[in-house]
Amino acid sequence: MELTPEQEMVRKSVRKFALEVVEPRAKEIDETCEFPWDTVKKMGEMGLMGICFPPEYGGAGLDTVSYAIAVEEISRVCGSTGITLAAHVSLGAHPIFAFGTEEQKRKYLVPLAKGEWIGAFGLTEPNAGSDAAGTETTAVKDGDSYVLNGTKIFITSASVAQVCIATAVTEKGKGTRGISAFLVEKGTPGFSVGTKEKKLGLHGADTSEIVFEDCRIPKENLLGREGEGFHIFMNALDGGRISIGAMALGIAQGALDACVKYSKERKQFGRRIADFQAVQWMIADMATEIACSRHLVYHSARLKDRGQRTTLESAMCKLFAGETAMRVTTKAIQIHGGYGYMRDYPVERYFRDAKLTEIGEGTSEIQRLVIARELLR
Amino acid sequence: MRIIVPIKQVPNTNDVKIDPKTGTLIREGVDSIVNPEDLNAIEAALELRERLGGEVIALSMGPPQAADALKEVVAMGADEAYLLTDRALAGADTLATAYCLSRAITKLGDFDLIVCGRQAIDGDTAQVGPQMAEFLKVPQVTYACKLDVVEDSVVVERHLEDGFETVKARMPALVTVMREANRPRYPSMAGIRRACTEDVVHRWVATDFDAEPWRIGFDGSPTWVKRTFTPPPKAPGKRLEGTPRDVAKDLLKTFTEKNLL
Ligand SMILES: Cc1cc2nc3c(=O)[nH]c(=O)nc-3n(C[C@H](O)[C@H](O)[C@H](O)COP(=O)(O)OP(=O)(O)OC[C@H]3O[C@@H](n4cnc5c(N)ncnc54)[C@H](O)[C@@H]3O)c2cc1C
Repeated sequence: MELTPEQEMVRKSVRKFALEVVEPRAKEIDETCEFPWDTVKKMGEMGLMGICFPPEYGGAGLDTVSYAIAVEEISRVCGSTGITLAAHVSLGAHPIFAFGTEEQKRKYLVPLAKGEWIGAFGLTEPNAGSDAAGTETTAVKDGDSYVLNGTKIFITSASVAQVCIATAVTEKGKGTRGISAFLVEKGTPGFSVGTKEKKLGLHGADTSEIVFEDCRIPKENLLGREGEGFHIFMNALDGGRISIGAMALGIAQGALDACVKYSKERKQFGRRIADFQAVQWMIADMATEIACSRHLVYHSARLKDRGQRTTLESAMCKLFAGETAMRVTTKAIQIHGGYGYMRDYPVERYFRDAKLTEIGEGTSEIQRLVIARELLR
Repeated sequence: MRIIVPIKQVPNTNDVKIDPKTGTLIREGVDSIVNPEDLNAIEAALELRERLGGEVIALSMGPPQAADALKEVVAMGADEAYLLTDRALAGADTLATAYCLSRAITKLGDFDLIVCGRQAIDGDTAQVGPQMAEFLKVPQVTYACKLDVVEDSVVVERHLEDGFETVKARMPALVTVMREANRPRYPSMAGIRRACTEDVVHRWVATDFDAEPWRIGFDGSPTWVKRTFTPPPKAPGKRLEGTPRDVAKDLLKTFTEKNLL
């Protein structure tokens, strides 16, 4: 698949940054569960946090393929930093670009795209996961404001974000058409961040709960129109799933890189383990599936760049790349043997980080449901 | 401030292997990169521009693909780039290279500062910077690990083998910087877009910068490479063991034997 010189240059630059700045912190933040503020600040300076938004809104004006490449290369060394970037761009910022008023874009998108702020997107609730339309959070109009009540859980970057997009029911009984999206700033009375989750992987990414208790926001903070919330998050997920696909792709590639290196170093029975056909076949399968993932991810990104609806392709690329990442990281530990099970080698981290890509932004089952629905309607 | 930064595209010698039979570099499949210390030069220039205003112009001589190196430094923030590319320039040694670069700089007009990397990782000569200063008749300060502009002068901390030296030179001047000078920034995403979508690399042939034909390319290069070889590995050092007294004694004896004392 041919990339443009621009996309090649993005890969080269982000790869260098990833190896020199992101990777040296990856193991540490995995162990300490610390949010890598320094790295995120540098990503902002490089323009990664607003990579695909127009320059007039503080972005770099690159395409979705470049964005996918950036997420891939960061995730290739650190899944935590990868998801922080992906969630910020696709979930925290993109909906404002796509549905915000000019004023909202000036006020929120510009600092987000410049990386001065981090954004988050609160959709999931204790009783509304795969069934995101089952939102129980409510927003009641009161004069010039809306008053929000409810709880969002598992929200990426919730405790570090300056602004959070949240969905809430504005009209009961109207189903998906009764849901609206709102922009809530950190520090708004009634907005608080609850439990910081303890997770299997992605320890360097923040995943927290958000609580709205009579949280009053000005009516100007309605994103899109009233009742448009469902459409807004479906749209955000179409884009976001490409970035989770890219994240999965990067993790898988990182695991393969580690295996190629290790299998040439490790000797057993007087030979490099790379000389055993059993290991060679695993590596061949890993590489082939990664190549397929890459094609699917870039293909979806390209369609998005052409302005096409990508619901089907986004679901396919996230499904395939996510499951590939899980298969590849499982084999990666196998190739490393007992050493792979230990924290001294990065593959156990890749394995733990990969699992999210089969769950976040819609589980693999939900992706299959979306794909089938697109084909059978 | 008008700052000119000459840069060179070089093979990434980290990846280069030496053919054991011929003793020459195997360049196939090796990435081309911007010479590392030239990135320090760009960074130094960009920092000065950020503080004092002005422009940073990158300049390179090389084959057409050296445009990639110039695009990279534009993506880092250089304002403009010039590539001297012409078959007539091929085969240049350091003298012919420095001649061409200084002719091009003259053609570009007035400047305040030229910042170069100390040396290129493929040749390791460290000659081109100083030679350019001679051609342009401006003061030169080499091996900078820190530089600053104070009024009409550049103040440079030089890193020497046995210490530091602070030198002040009236501008226009030429400074060569070392790796220790700074940490080069990464190309920014907006910079990449600019480097790839706008016409940022101006290409010049020899006549565009009024080069005298006898001083360029192969004919203008008095250096002849007689032979290249890999030096034999150094003999391993000798380890002296025992009590400090014995070791000191042995050491003195060895020094005396070798006429070092
Ligand atoms: C690290 C992390 C970060 C996250 N970040 C965010 C974020 O930033 N914003 C946000 O809003 N959410 C976020 N989430 C939440 C995530 O999107 C949800 O966890 C996910 O959508 C699944 O919902 P659930 O956990 O409630 O699982 P459930 O919906 O309860 O699913 C349980 C199981 O049932 C299956 N299932 C459910 N419905 C069906 C069906 N119709 N057909 C077949 N199988 C079905 C599922 O596939 C799954 O196997 C994050 C989650 C994690 C783990």
